[in-house]
Amino acid sequence: MTTYDAMRQFADSWGLLGMTIFFLIVVARVLFRPGAREEAQDAANIVMRDDPPDVFRDEREG
Amino acid sequence: MRDQMNNAVKLFALGAAAVLAAVAAGRGHDELYSFHMIVFAAAAIIMFIRYLTGAAKPAVPEGEFDASLIKAGVVMTTIWGVVGFLVGVIVALQLAFPEFNPIPPWTGFGRLRPLHTSAVIFAFGGTALITTSFYVVQRTCRAALISNEAGWFVFLGYQLVILLAATGYVLGGTQGREYAEPVWYVDLWLTIVWVVYLLVFMGTIMKRKEPHIYVANWFYLAFIITIAMLHVVNNLAVPASIFSSESYSLFAGVQDALTQWWYGHNAVGFFLTAGFLGMMYYFIPKQAERPVYSYRLSIVHFWSLIFLYIWAGPHHLHYTALPDWAQTLGMVFSVMLWMPSWGGMINGLMTLSGAWDKLRTDPIIRMMVAAVAFYGMSTFEGPLMSIKAVNSLSHYTDWTIGHVHSGALGWVGMITFGAVYYLTPILWGRSRLYSLKLVNTHFWLATLGIVLYAASMWVSGIMQGLMWRETNELGFLVNSFAETVDAMHPFYIIRALGGVLYLAGGIVMAFNVFQTIRGRLREEGGSAPAPAGTVAAE
Repeated sequence: MTTYDAMRQFADSWGLLGMTIFFLIVVARVLFRPGAREEAQDAANIVMRDDPPDVFRDEREG
Repeated sequence: MRDQMNNAVKLFALGAAAVLAAVAAGRGHDELYSFHMIVFAAAAIIMFIRYLTGAAKPAVPEGEFDASLIKAGVVMTTIWGVVGFLVGVIVALQLAFPEFNPIPPWTGFGRLRPLHTSAVIFAFGGTALITTSFYVVQRTCRAALISNEAGWFVFLGYQLVILLAATGYVLGGTQGREYAEPVWYVDLWLTIVWVVYLLVFMGTIMKRKEPHIYVANWFYLAFIITIAMLHVVNNLAVPASIFSSESYSLFAGVQDALTQWWYGHNAVGFFLTAGFLGMMYYFIPKQAERPVYSYRLSIVHFWSLIFLYIWAGPHHLHYTALPDWAQTLGMVFSVMLWMPSWGGMINGLMTLSGAWDKLRTDPIIRMMVAAVAFYGMSTFEGPLMSIKAVNSLSHYTDWTIGHVHSGALGWVGMITFGAVYYLTPILWGRSRLYSLKLVNTHFWLATLGIVLYAASMWVSGIMQGLMWRETNELGFLVNSFAETVDAMHPFYIIRALGGVLYLAGGIVMAFNVFQTIRGRLREEGGSAPAPAGTVAAE
């Protein structure tokens, strides 16, 4: 079997299966992990909590 | 003492670089190479003098936000935008009226076309991405860049890449790889700049004070890492000589074609999509003053995009020597991309739920929403065109050009304009932009321009495809190539008109940004609200 055939066979069997499973685990962790909802809500508010950094604020008042 | 040592090392390195570049310029085998080495030497000498006189000292001490870096980025983004759109209008006119090819070869279509694509994608888009990524990562990590000096190196080094690429195209230097035309030593220089970019960005994330890494940074990081990988593999080449601008690709034949489109399509996916999604996930919540609609959807959006996009490239090579299974794989993954793309679009749009009135009162939000809408439309059109049966009609026609521009002008352009309008008053400490009415003018000029562009290219492209395949009852092709060109002429004029409108919008933006920087405020009646984040200062 040539390298091309070996890699192509791996790509559409175990490689594909492994990546699909990894992806499904990631999605399941995001959606169903206990406490994920609260954590996500907190993370979403990161942008709401960031006031302009001091260097910008000084210039504006000055 | 340590500072002095550091400075001495930098001066030595810059001096050595200047001397080496000057020697290389003298020994160059071709004019382009010698010219570029003089540019390298000049850049090294300028930085040498700046370090010698202390002018290169950052405006703020390390460990604090350096606003001047972001300011410089916003200014250059605006300038590159206008320049890129202008060259686009010129090449559109060259296609409609061949008389617009003055003093060839330097300004002929063949050399200005890569100048246009690189100016809008890499100069305008790339500068916008570097600038906003530095701003967003500092704000959402609540930490300054690990090194402002390195940040400046990335910014200025990238501007040097743009200068070398642009002059190279006009002087006839190219590798012949689409969207990766710069010659080998420019590629090497970009690799150095990009590695420093990755280190600065990752380092800042690692010393963040916010425990969670905000989703915008995930998208930016994916963009930086993937572009590094794509750029290095696609540009693997052997120079004809170390003193020549010529080089030979490591790949040949169909492998070469696949490498190019693996690069080309993922540049669309990770440069023009993932990077600008990072922008969307920060600037839309900021401007709308409410958190993203669903944070968990944004994470699923991220992982789906990462897993699917990388396989979609072969759809650029339908019905070629590429193995059939690879073509089908490219098509299937492109169609699957529908889901994350639309999930992301819905997430962006629904962030406004409960605040839809802002669409009426805030032209900046309107611009950002239009961007997300165009993201949805062009990511619907793309998978459709990747289906083999559709592609047999659309491929090599103007439909492709129309599709690219609805994504580039609509999505990439509009979200960047929104970010520039958001950042300018904040960075320069103004209560608001010079004029919100001019933002509105810009919005309509840009939108009408895109409509004219996309609609004319649909008609022109589909007509072109149908004329190419039309056969008579005896099975002979009906139309000659020149007849299709003649039939497309009116649509080329409409397209150029659309480009002129879009360029006019860009000039209006540049004027508005410039006036805001000067501290001007236009008296405007009505109930236009102040931009987000500046209310407290008024």
